[in-house]
Amino acid sequence: MAKYYTRSGDGRRIEMSKEEILADIQAGTADAADIGTIPALNDDQIEHLVDIITCQDRVVGVAPGKEVVMTYDIGQLDFTGDNGNSGNGVDMGRLEAALLHERALGADTFELAHSDYSVKPVKPIISMEKQTMEEIQDVIIAPYFYGAMPNMGLYYAPDGPYPNPADLMREFKIDESMAASENAAEHLARDIEYVGTHIQAAGSDGFNFDTTGSAGDADFVGTLRGVKALRKACPDAYINVGAAGESVMGIHGMIDFEGTICAGLYPHQQAKVVAEAGANVFGAVCNTNTSKSLAWNLARSVTFIKAAVEQSPIPVHVDMGMGVGGIPMKETPPVDAVSRCNKAMVEIAKVDGV
Amino acid sequence: MDIPHLMTSGMQGIRTTGDLVARMMYAKNMKLDKAKEYVAKKLGLDTVEIADECIMRDLREELGIGTCTGIPGAPRGIAAKMNIEKLLDIKINSCELFRQQLKN
Repeated sequence: MAKYYTRSGDGRRIEMSKEEILADIQAGTADAADIGTIPALNDDQIEHLVDIITCQDRVVGVAPGKEVVMTYDIGQLDFTGDNGNSGNGVDMGRLEAALLHERALGADTFELAHSDYSVKPVKPIISMEKQTMEEIQDVIIAPYFYGAMPNMGLYYAPDGPYPNPADLMREFKIDESMAASENAAEHLARDIEYVGTHIQAAGSDGFNFDTTGSAGDADFVGTLRGVKALRKACPDAYINVGAAGESVMGIHGMIDFEGTICAGLYPHQQAKVVAEAGANVFGAVCNTNTSKSLAWNLARSVTFIKAAVEQSPIPVHVDMGMGVGGIPMKETPPVDAVSRCNKAMVEIAKVDGV
Repeated sequence: MDIPHLMTSGMQGIRTTGDLVARMMYAKNMKLDKAKEYVAKKLGLDTVEIADECIMRDLREELGIGTCTGIPGAPRGIAAKMNIEKLLDIKINSCELFRQQLKN
């Protein structure tokens, strides 16, 4: 039986037969359909995915005219950061990094980022960020955002003013735990409005909220409330909201945005509340299971993202970094896997961007 | 990560019209097909041609909307974006700020 080179969810090269790949694709799409209550891939889409995965060319691609737009998280830190961000460890200015992405790497959009890449630590240095934004906007041409994670974990002890909800739950202080989450969410929303309106006043094209909901449902809701305030203050700002996971973690459990309880929302449901808050583009996520194959992960991911694209009132840019969008969870994701995941998202999920 | 994504399906930013299509997505909530059609119509091209480097390299220089290669004297930055505002019939925040800072 013929064997095909493919990848595991942790990036290792493995060999699978066509029948094994097909079985994993069927299992992956069935898993997403079951837990998301969304349609599984049909026979044609599954066959297309088999073709993409069994193609033994190192890099695959879409047909002319089918190209999509690329947005980026983490800004210049992909050059300057350490391996925690898959950064190259190359010290350089933020201006040079932005222009290299625009003129040498074909970036459709790019962003300015603080080295801690979170909303909260930007507050005390907002004037410096505004100056840098103004200078780079003078010379860059592509849409240039400010990017940061809401990262509500920074608002809890020992880093922030509110007690840690997980610690309180361990002590069975459920009401206190929920109150801590609610207070942190309000604080986060205020900080988003503060940082966002200041950076827009410096000429930014907009704001990219990366990894929204990483600290759970209150993080997700706090961000959306901040987005709503920013939209009201800056009606023309370009706002991108990217999620942290395929499901919003219910650490609070009951917190809502405009009447929608956000715990447990999947990408096709997240897209609707993100649009309601006033975002222009939604960054949909599906996480990679490192114990499963590329075929299983990609089929599951495409199923979730396809449903989000079909139901979203705004454009959807699928998140396709390390460990999301079917891509293996590896600091140096294999080029063959990245290329296959990208092609599948464009041709089967019909994403507006990556 | 950037390079395999770019090679597989990227519009390539200012090498073609990726920046322009992105602006229409964000400025008007246009989905991909609609944003491409809008940009193509403004340029008098079709949606395959707007992602063709051969066509767009020269057209971008002619329209003064910025190129990926260094051309002395050619508009870049705010000047190129002001030309993009006219081409796409949109306002760009950094250009608005620039205009506000000018004295009569």
